[in-house]
Amino acid sequence: MLVAEIAWTHVRARARQTTVALLGVAVGVGFSIMMAALMEGSQDDFIRQLVDALPHVTVSDERRTPPAQPAETAFAAAEFHGLTPEVRRPGIKNPLATIIALDAWIPGAAAPSVQTKAVLRYAGRDRSASVVGIDPNREPKVSTLAAKMRQGTLASLYRATNAIIIGNRMAERLGARVGANITVQGERGRLGAQVVGIFHTGIRSIDENAVYVLVKTAQILAAQTGLVNEIRVRLADPMSGLEIARRIEAETGYKSVSWQEANEDLLSSFVIRNVIMYTVVGAILLVASFGTYNIISTITHEKARDIAILKSLGFRAATVRRIFVLEALLIGILGAGLGWILGYVLCLGLGSVEFRNPYMDSNYLPLAYSPLHYAIAAGVALTSSLVAGYVPARKAARLHPVEIIRGAT
Amino acid sequence: MTSAGDPLISARQVTRILPGVVPTTLVHDVDLDIRAHEFVAVTGPSGSGKSSLLYLLGLLDLPTSGEVLIGGRGTAHMDEDERARTRLETLGFVFQFHFLLPEFSIRENVMLPMRALGRLTADETRARADALLASLGLADHAGKRPDQLSGGQRQRVAVARALANDPPVILADEPTGSLDSRSSEQVFQILRDLVDRNGKTVVAVTHDLGLAERMDRRIRLVDGRIVADAPTAHAA
Repeated sequence: MLVAEIAWTHVRARARQTTVALLGVAVGVGFSIMMAALMEGSQDDFIRQLVDALPHVTVSDERRTPPAQPAETAFAAAEFHGLTPEVRRPGIKNPLATIIALDAWIPGAAAPSVQTKAVLRYAGRDRSASVVGIDPNREPKVSTLAAKMRQGTLASLYRATNAIIIGNRMAERLGARVGANITVQGERGRLGAQVVGIFHTGIRSIDENAVYVLVKTAQILAAQTGLVNEIRVRLADPMSGLEIARRIEAETGYKSVSWQEANEDLLSSFVIRNVIMYTVVGAILLVASFGTYNIISTITHEKARDIAILKSLGFRAATVRRIFVLEALLIGILGAGLGWILGYVLCLGLGSVEFRNPYMDSNYLPLAYSPLHYAIAAGVALTSSLVAGYVPARKAARLHPVEIIRGAT
Repeated sequence: MTSAGDPLISARQVTRILPGVVPTTLVHDVDLDIRAHEFVAVTGPSGSGKSSLLYLLGLLDLPTSGEVLIGGRGTAHMDEDERARTRLETLGFVFQFHFLLPEFSIRENVMLPMRALGRLTADETRARADALLASLGLADHAGKRPDQLSGGQRQRVAVARALANDPPVILADEPTGSLDSRSSEQVFQILRDLVDRNGKTVVAVTHDLGLAERMDRRIRLVDGRIVADAPTAHAA
């Protein structure tokens, strides 16, 4: 209590210096919180979009290693040149049976799809497109497409013989509306289709290029009856994607790619980004701690005579040390408290700034409000204040009172 | 355990040499005993080692050789915390300059040693501080800051602070050195009363030979050595 009183009196008596030190810590903590919120917010937002937009696991009709050709299997010791390789029929074998088998154990849902390429033609305009054949009953369980529909629904695909759902940007480019009859030129087939719905995901590349038709329509375009070249899986816990993908691949033999694997390079760049972020945050707080060191050093220097007196009265060195460490902690605690408020206000301010991106719909900066950011910033600030205070405090506690008293007399 | 005649403070062949390129001997081979109820003046020319001897007797400094005994107990083996505790319980210091903490009130300054010792409750500490200040004529100034008092008043506060834990010995380093003659006389009378009425032992370093003669015993130092140690005319 006495230690706290003396510490508080010292800190209070130097209002201007204390305010500067407090502001140093507060600004450090505040900006650290803001930076962390911004970095993690953008990362979370990006991951959320990835997780929302893409299947959590994509099972394709490929193998990790290409299957051996018949000549290699039959004549392992010999080498042949100029043989025509065996052409295998594309697509997943027994796709419905595979989906039913997956449905039995995966914590989520699976849906078939047919991926093919086509050119859409309407009113003399041609636009290339990625055609995705879907099952409107299963699709809502594996993607957010149903929620992105602006006109029509996924079930509208059943309304016409060859129905098609297109993105709003594709619709703008073609000049087509719901009800328009367009020509779809596939790799091997051509058909007339009616636009029955328009979607908008907010991701320009998808809104411009992707179109959805029924599985059988896509099969006609690909001229492959019964073709299903992709099974898309959505999981209850997207984070389990890696593990589930591994198991699916082991059970089906088909290449199963989790969303993490598909975006490995992006996700690993987040690690580097986080290292940079925490380095910068640490540097900000380190600079702030110099302010604390400065004030505690100044106080101990100015208070050398008082320290000598306290020690001559019988105060132990440890007590003197505690006084100055506590002063640093007081600055750290008050600074961190102010920093929390500043950080929160900065986040609110940044969060209200409208941010326009020509490729995305996000209008506001994504920010993550996490108690962990506040705890880390305050923890680092307190630790650095403690270290900054301890060094001069230890020096003060070691002062020999006689040297000071002699100097003063 | 000390009996009435045992010395409160003793120095046994105490020498203090300041290390350096040219080592300086501050106190040389000093032997002395300070007994209860003595009012001892330590005199000598500037640089004779008066203050150094006082700091050694008060455990503020460590002898290079020899030993200081407090209440018959050796202090050579004590660590810094033990010496601090002994100072807190047994010794009171008054310096030439008051050395009061400027941010604290007069009362708070007097309460500091009591609070550091922690034997009294908050109320008892406050009551004792007020009583001490009242006994030194400072009752009306308890709430003031040191810079609101005159030099003489501040020095009286320093005496009150030295008495806070009721130590048997007061060590005073030029207690009247920075005061005018009136204040000087007041402070001297306070110290005199401490010995005569309160049974304290006072060891005071002074340049003022007039004051020294009004104490009970005078120790004269030259070049760190005791050259004279005898009762004053006042004691006789």
